[in-house]
Amino acid sequence: MRKTLIIGATSAIAQDLAKLFAEAGDAICLVARSDNKLKILADDLQLRGASSVAMQSMDVLEYERHQSVIDSAVEALGGLDLVVIAHGTLPDQVACQDSPDLTKKEFEVNALTTISLLTNLANYFEAQQRGSIVVISSVAGDRGRQSNYVYGAAKGAVTIFLQGLRNRLTKSGVNVLTVKPGFVDTPMTADFPKGALWASSEKVAQDINKAIDRQKSIAYVPWFWRYIMLIIKSIPEMVFKKLSL
Amino acid sequence: MTNRSYQSWAGYPVVEHEARKMNWQTDSLPLEGSDGKSFLPYGNGRSYGDVCLNDGGIVVDCRGLNHFIEFDSENGILRCEAGVTLQEILHFTVPKGWFLSVTPGTQFVTVGGAIANDVHGKNHHKAGTFGQHVNCFELLRSDGSRRLCSAEENAEWYQATIGGLGLTGVITWAEIRLRPVKSALIDQEVIRYSNLAEFFEIAKASDQDYEHTVAWIDCLAQGDQLGRGLFIRGNYSDTVQNRAVRQPKLNLTVPLEPPFTLINSMTLKMFNTVYYNKQRKDQVKSQVHYKPFFYPLDAIYQWNRIYGSKGFFQYQCALPVEHMEDAMGEILQRISKAGLGSFLTVLKLFGDKPSPGLLSFPMPGATLALDFPNYGQKTLDLLNQLDEVTRSVGGRVNPSKDARMSSEDFQHHFANWRKMEDYIDPRISSSFWRRVTAES
Repeated sequence: MRKTLIIGATSAIAQDLAKLFAEAGDAICLVARSDNKLKILADDLQLRGASSVAMQSMDVLEYERHQSVIDSAVEALGGLDLVVIAHGTLPDQVACQDSPDLTKKEFEVNALTTISLLTNLANYFEAQQRGSIVVISSVAGDRGRQSNYVYGAAKGAVTIFLQGLRNRLTKSGVNVLTVKPGFVDTPMTADFPKGALWASSEKVAQDINKAIDRQKSIAYVPWFWRYIMLIIKSIPEMVFKKLSL
Repeated sequence: MTNRSYQSWAGYPVVEHEARKMNWQTDSLPLEGSDGKSFLPYGNGRSYGDVCLNDGGIVVDCRGLNHFIEFDSENGILRCEAGVTLQEILHFTVPKGWFLSVTPGTQFVTVGGAIANDVHGKNHHKAGTFGQHVNCFELLRSDGSRRLCSAEENAEWYQATIGGLGLTGVITWAEIRLRPVKSALIDQEVIRYSNLAEFFEIAKASDQDYEHTVAWIDCLAQGDQLGRGLFIRGNYSDTVQNRAVRQPKLNLTVPLEPPFTLINSMTLKMFNTVYYNKQRKDQVKSQVHYKPFFYPLDAIYQWNRIYGSKGFFQYQCALPVEHMEDAMGEILQRISKAGLGSFLTVLKLFGDKPSPGLLSFPMPGATLALDFPNYGQKTLDLLNQLDEVTRSVGGRVNPSKDARMSSEDFQHHFANWRKMEDYIDPRISSSFWRRVTAES
């Protein structure tokens, strides 16, 4: 029985992943802000087959609680095999451009809180000499674009932090998976018109679950984003800077 | 924001409405800054016509309400949020020995949609409609009120909401009764029959001993072969599943919408003839998984696209017992004469178990459902001709599948429609409701 901690558990992708974990019989500890939502999700996961479901409410900005929430999760689960970090917001890029404070806050929620949690978790897993760390980053972190570079910069920071962490933890037998979703139809992206490139959170969760089972390092979900981003990354800056992306 | 992805299953009419999401049963309705525009709950978009559309208004996507709440595995009672699909329910309950008491021909509908359309299935003669197996549900109204509705509590709201086409409020969660099964298998029997009279004979003889009965008919057959087809009947298998039965995976899809319909008189004639002759013997018994038995079309994801960008019409009528044999013959003759046959034509006898729903569609008698490619006026003319027959014998047309019946016909078929108006949420409306309540 796998012992799984999910931070940002009430996000759409995390919920759908949690349902798959529950069906596989995991013991699960959920962390999110809202008690109400945690309770709704916990009941659902219990029915779907989770061997146990614990929950803790926390705002990721409460840095001082990061270590104790992780400790409580380890205690509730009786260990820890897998952690998924899935919290995040989608900043209003235009509003950020007028507000250094908002920019800082968005960067903090999407990058620094994750990095703080990972710092604590990395030491736990390194000492344990096994386990799996999964973080939802984004294709937006692959290259800065005018339409959402605040979000992109935060996710890019997470991606690079994870690269380093993977490099450090591989010899300890710990797998670090960077998940890079493309467009996913979730509450976070509710205001976007949806086209052919959009995927459902169920589909994305299935793909992430496969990547976890296969101990992958980087997973673009759905898969075709690897190639889209390959093209986007290969455009020379001279040209790229003139595009409206 | 207009969203092309929130349309109806038959792709007609195409409307512009804004989509908003509701993700938690504890959330209030997402109506901030909506300038008093009307809204309509939207499930998984499997309604054929415009009952799921709200042109110029808002649709509230309830698919995010997808949590299970409680399951009583001893008595088969499931409480879940209204955006859970029947597929998710079966995936969860069949291994535990429980099946839906009533299921329509696709498992991709939500619980909320199944209640709002009071859907029926192949076992109507035994079990009635979906709404007859709903213990209770919560109804959230635009004034923020939440009502627990059941046959005992808020009974009038319960009746108005079952088959209420989403007009009375948002169903946030529901509690439904399941029926026990021993396995995921169905003992199926397929009988080839050669005309309409034989259909009625076999159907009447089968309804006692078979929980599920339905016929596929070759609607291009004429003369003394009129109404010929395959009669399919089955029961939940008593044999406990001890071998792997082929369970078709959902791996086919129609990836693109062709610019024109792929269903034309030539492909139809071919398909219908081949399908009618698909089994060599007149009677074949087999054991099949519930998926191909109940949901043959679900195996081709987005099969609706084969009709091209103009979409199609589904026509489903119910004809009362006294006149069903003659009227059905007349309808089939008109279709066959028009040469506008349907790729999948389904014929079934309804039972006499009344639904609590005010606007529920089924009536004791027979029902016929067919799909027609949208050839514009030519198709509409034929459907109007079918309406004539339906109207003349006191039958009705199914609102959940309709995109074109006249307001006169609707008001005539559903005499309770005025009663509904007392329960309709003042902020809710639909393209369908505006159409069928317009002054004629």
